[in-house]
Amino acid sequence: MDLIADHISHRFDALDVLDDVSFTVRAGEVVAIVGPSGCGKSTLLSILGGLLRPFGGAAELRGAPPKDSVNPLTFVFQDFALLPWCTVEENVAFPLEHTALTAAERRGIVDDALRRTGLSDFCGAYPKQLSGGMRQRVGIARALAVKPAILLMDEPLSALDSQTRELLMEDFVRLLADGAMGAVYVTHNLEEAVRLADRIVVLSRRPGRIRKVVPIAMTRSERGDRSAREKLLALQDELWSLIREEAIDAEREVQHA
Amino acid sequence: MLERAPAETPSDIDAKPRPVEFRGAGFTPSTGRASGWIALALVIALWQLAGSAGWVNPLFLPAPSAIVVATYKLALSGALWQHLGWSVMRIGTGWLLGTVAGVIVGFAIGLSTLARGVGITFISALFPIPKIALLPLLILWLGIGEEPKIATIALGVFFSTAISVYSGVDAVPRNLIRMAQSFNVPFHAIVRRVIWPGALPSILAGFRITASVALLLVVSAEMIGAQYGIGAFVLQAGNLMQTDQLLAGVVILSLFGLAVGKLINFLETKLLHWR
Repeated sequence: MDLIADHISHRFDALDVLDDVSFTVRAGEVVAIVGPSGCGKSTLLSILGGLLRPFGGAAELRGAPPKDSVNPLTFVFQDFALLPWCTVEENVAFPLEHTALTAAERRGIVDDALRRTGLSDFCGAYPKQLSGGMRQRVGIARALAVKPAILLMDEPLSALDSQTRELLMEDFVRLLADGAMGAVYVTHNLEEAVRLADRIVVLSRRPGRIRKVVPIAMTRSERGDRSAREKLLALQDELWSLIREEAIDAEREVQHA
Repeated sequence: MLERAPAETPSDIDAKPRPVEFRGAGFTPSTGRASGWIALALVIALWQLAGSAGWVNPLFLPAPSAIVVATYKLALSGALWQHLGWSVMRIGTGWLLGTVAGVIVGFAIGLSTLARGVGITFISALFPIPKIALLPLLILWLGIGEEPKIATIALGVFFSTAISVYSGVDAVPRNLIRMAQSFNVPFHAIVRRVIWPGALPSILAGFRITASVALLLVVSAEMIGAQYGIGAFVLQAGNLMQTDQLLAGVVILSLFGLAVGKLINFLETKLLHWR
């Protein structure tokens, strides 16, 4: 199943946020969206996920979702968005409660998602009892439980410390390895973008327009090699050179706002 | 910026180390349960001493022992239970009616633009009115009997409940609602599984307030027009200068308020254990 951003524009009152953004996320592909602060990355993701109606253009799906997918477009949130009154297990089961699945099927799916994210031993814990990294793992397990075609990840690692970020990035690489799921990965972090994405969409400062689409001609497993480091760093430098001036302007704009 | 680490001067080496002054004390009060009980016991003991030694006129301030005796006699005669029974019935019925209506209206205001527009206008206009002032009007409308007293309590409870419920609904983090929407969770399930538990802390805090409001209104209403009830009993005792019985009534009200507070504490512990 493909996800298409078709000439998407958006504004909040008089403030233009996005301007004519078009690209396609093909089945199993990981597309990172980077750009200076306030360029509309998260807004674009909300539009792609159907949480925000665009002012112009449309978000479209092409092709059938996977047969057993409960929720083809599934978010992983920056702030985890876990229900604090539910245990880990209940949080993961939450999106399945209102489906036609039987209790036994739900049980099996939840157990599998908890196992894949290393949470089986924490199923009875409440979110407040978990570290930030573990909370995000619950968010990922919840997303996996609905068997998405495309994950929509809004800076999923930005609220975490660097060590936890590294561990979760390894999890993302592993989960996306078989190409069964695609992803749109919004991030400020260029290292994360080059580590995970097949293509990187660089947005300009507000109103966000596509400035460049940078493909990464390496498999994700190749990127873990020492020899690939130089290339990835060069790629990061290229991306940074595209963003730097506008990031400075955007920061000044925020400070003067 | 220095290009090298700063060298320690001889004075640094020779100087005697001194501890860093601690500046983090205070501003962390904790509840000392024992100190509270000891203070209460001391006040009662002093009060008893003042009464026993004849420092105060028992007509104006009877000793605690006299109040205990008066309460015991009232309990034995059955008068206490009769008055308490009427008050509990009025509070219970009025509180329940006001709470059910307040929860429904509060949720409507929290979830619907139309209900918010209309509801908040009316609540803002009517909430500041002291509800006991409406009792004569309610007597005109509903006749002399239990209905106006119960309606007064229900009205007082309704407004506070509605406000606490819609404030609670407003306080539910929007990201949780968006999360549920992103999983295609239906509206009724979002209300039941996300908004209701998210608003519950505010709703229970509202119950604490409405329990006090109900107690205040039942006493006021019973003082204005009732034969039975703790409010009526306190007023009668005051008129007859039976201050020991008057204070027995006050103690009963205090114990009733404490019991309701404990019940709400219990509910909070059970329902908000995740906090």
